[in-house]
Amino acid sequence: MINQLSWKVGGQQGEGIESTGEIFSMALSRQGYYLYGYRHFSSRIKGGHTNNKIRVSTTATNSISDDLDILVAFDQETIDLNHHELRPGGVIIGDSKFSPKQPEGCTANLFSVPFTEIATDLGTSLMKNMVAVGASSALLGLKVEAFNSVVEQIFSRKGASVVEKNLQAIEAGMEYFKKEAEGSVGDFQLKEADGKSRMFMIGNDAIALGALAGGARFMPAYPITPASEIMEYLIKKLPEYGGTVIQTEDEIAACTMAIGANYAGVRSLTASAGPGLSLMMEAIGLSGITETPLVIVDTQRGGPSTGLPTKQEQSDIFAMIYGTHGEIPKVVITPSTVEEAFYDAVEAFNIAEEYQVPVILVTDLALSLGKQTVEPLDFSKVNIRRGKLNLEEELPELEKSAYFKRYEVTDDGVSKRVIPGMKNGIHHVTGVEHNEQGKPSESPENRKAQMDKRLRKLQELPKVFPSPVYKDERHEEADLLILGFNSTRGTIQEAIPRLEKDGLKVNHGQVRLLHPFPTDELKAMVDKAKKVVVVENNATGQLTQLTKMNLSRGDIQSILKYDGNPFLPSEIHNQCKELF
Amino acid sequence: MATFKDFRNNVKPNWCPGCGDFSVQAAIQRAAANVGIVPEELAVVSGIGCSGRISGYINSYGFHGIHGRALPIAQGVKMANRDLTVIASGGDGDGFAIGMGHTIHSIRRNIDVTYIVMDNQIYGLTKGQTSPRSEMGFKTKSTPAGSIESALGVMELAISAGAGFVAQSFSSDLKELTSIIEQGINHKGFSLINVFSPCVTFNKINTYDWFKENLTSLSTIEGYDPSNRSQAMNTLMEYNGLVTGLIYQDKEKPSYESLVKGFKEEPLAKQDIALDQGQFDKLLTEFM
Repeated sequence: MINQLSWKVGGQQGEGIESTGEIFSMALSRQGYYLYGYRHFSSRIKGGHTNNKIRVSTTATNSISDDLDILVAFDQETIDLNHHELRPGGVIIGDSKFSPKQPEGCTANLFSVPFTEIATDLGTSLMKNMVAVGASSALLGLKVEAFNSVVEQIFSRKGASVVEKNLQAIEAGMEYFKKEAEGSVGDFQLKEADGKSRMFMIGNDAIALGALAGGARFMPAYPITPASEIMEYLIKKLPEYGGTVIQTEDEIAACTMAIGANYAGVRSLTASAGPGLSLMMEAIGLSGITETPLVIVDTQRGGPSTGLPTKQEQSDIFAMIYGTHGEIPKVVITPSTVEEAFYDAVEAFNIAEEYQVPVILVTDLALSLGKQTVEPLDFSKVNIRRGKLNLEEELPELEKSAYFKRYEVTDDGVSKRVIPGMKNGIHHVTGVEHNEQGKPSESPENRKAQMDKRLRKLQELPKVFPSPVYKDERHEEADLLILGFNSTRGTIQEAIPRLEKDGLKVNHGQVRLLHPFPTDELKAMVDKAKKVVVVENNATGQLTQLTKMNLSRGDIQSILKYDGNPFLPSEIHNQCKELF
Repeated sequence: MATFKDFRNNVKPNWCPGCGDFSVQAAIQRAAANVGIVPEELAVVSGIGCSGRISGYINSYGFHGIHGRALPIAQGVKMANRDLTVIASGGDGDGFAIGMGHTIHSIRRNIDVTYIVMDNQIYGLTKGQTSPRSEMGFKTKSTPAGSIESALGVMELAISAGAGFVAQSFSSDLKELTSIIEQGINHKGFSLINVFSPCVTFNKINTYDWFKENLTSLSTIEGYDPSNRSQAMNTLMEYNGLVTGLIYQDKEKPSYESLVKGFKEEPLAKQDIALDQGQFDKLLTEFM
């Protein structure tokens, strides 16, 4: 019996590869296993190799694995492209239809199972995915009953007989494989899980759910990979809560429409990836100077330009921090797990309103789209704080011809905010430099007062932001501190015990607040380490540079990967070892 | 009851003496009073350019945004609070050059916003360059040999894009302009009002006199029916777009807000945003 394994299904895009992975993992999730998935796909609808790699474990797991135990293939290309990941003794299960062949040098056990033929005999070749799920589940020691509720959920709309047929297909796959493989494979049987059904979701689901729980009721957005799931979830849910999603003509409209709605008192967000964020830069500056709350989600993918639209990268952070002309207060948050993505989404709206600033919630493709097991989310941690927004109070009458002092200079830099419709709250809002009433002003004294007021708003944020750095500090004096952000957390966590086994003392920090930078917190961590290395999915070491600059420390090294794929634990392990 | 004076503030416009935009400002103030709203119920969102300053010259909530983006900001405001009267405004460069995409899609979307364009056929604030509304051959600083791009027929474009309210007016005719803006505000859905608003400093061709000579009021065309889409189109073509009055209105066209599933009469901005434990638990279960 084993505690964890990695399973991958591959084939042509549009062939149901995703749903094969979905059914397999949902069933395991409901048995109480922890899962972590990563989808490899291309920017096209039909055709082209796609695969879905799923890690299954009896304990929490937050990373893809180095190798692969089981490869389910719907075509030879899947075998040719992926067999090198298989561990010695691993298994390939291919559809007999394409006569799977063992590639040269591949030592995995190859089984040919007539997925399509069995499915066709049962009624329709469409069920070949079910046969494949069944065959590979037999290897894990699962029983067909494990699939009852999932198949019921997916196919009940199509009638009881369809449910029945699909279950039969799974069972037929199981039976065929058991006979075929009897005694000839190693131990792939998973230890029994705790039976607790946990949530199983992608980072984008968590962000959308966080936005809803955090009070967002309006989302203008333009579709883009890998952000669209956020708008797709909210268009299903917001109408139940009075709100809606508008699919706009472009990202500039999305961003400025969200600014308009926030100005008028509704928590609003938009979500995009690099190309859309580039278009929003001017509007982000507008949010900054007009002190209009705004939440933007940037799901990073491979850049620049269209770049690698369906691949992992973490190269937007300079653009997110510095990308707007002029100088504004801005918050950039980088959650590193799906749970954090949820809580940080809620917090993004609170910070946007409390400080009246644009907040960019940044993820990466692996975090946004990787489907993983999530422990129950805690509703008691969801609170809504709207800062100095005044919605109820009767406002004092304004003097004749005077406006409400929307931009009153205050000690903390934050001024009282009112929304259109409120009597005695009339004021002007403009992206032109303005005085306390919002009226344009070019006076040098006023300029300085308003600039200083805006820029002092966030001074204290790194001190009050919940865990600006996720810390795993096992050692008072460490040989190595590994820093990262977003989805690399789990992979770094997996590399650490291996490094410790090699005799190194390793601490780990995952930066969750990129701007304003948590300098003090990181300095304390860096001071405890002989060497510091930043692991990031980009080519120029953006977080490394940011850390060097803020900590005034030159000896920080980088481990970089920018080929479109997430890090493997072994890559981090090996490259860290080479530093010594 | 508010009067037009209640919509005045003490800010002195930085427009040139004689600028057509003064009349637009006055007409908005009068129309707002005439439709019976008070200043805090009006939000004026404007773009960038001379005319974009208008949101600062009216005693109401005002949002002066970025170049070409008055419309999406205005639509966001209206979606957040449908009790507000929302006017978007700006120049022909703002709405028909940099912001043209938003203009067309605002027409398609049909959120209840009144869009007033101050059309002077030139870029004024940048001191005299060609605009999408400049005629072929028009000489400006950016077209010293005369414009070699054709002028955009925005009224025709709006009608073909499915607009429910299309009107045109002229700064010299405050009475008609006020009435048109009132009708635009009262129209349930997106309304486009193009106002010929002469630039007395940089446009020496399309002057007040030029417009007086070349504009035809639709009220003088016998049998003109603004509910007749093809007549509207034909008339615009016949007069090369140089007409004033209500060109086309479809009173039956449902506004975007009226079509949004579950969208309440109570403004979104006034609704409670907190979930309860039961709602939250139900949302979580869907991921299990």
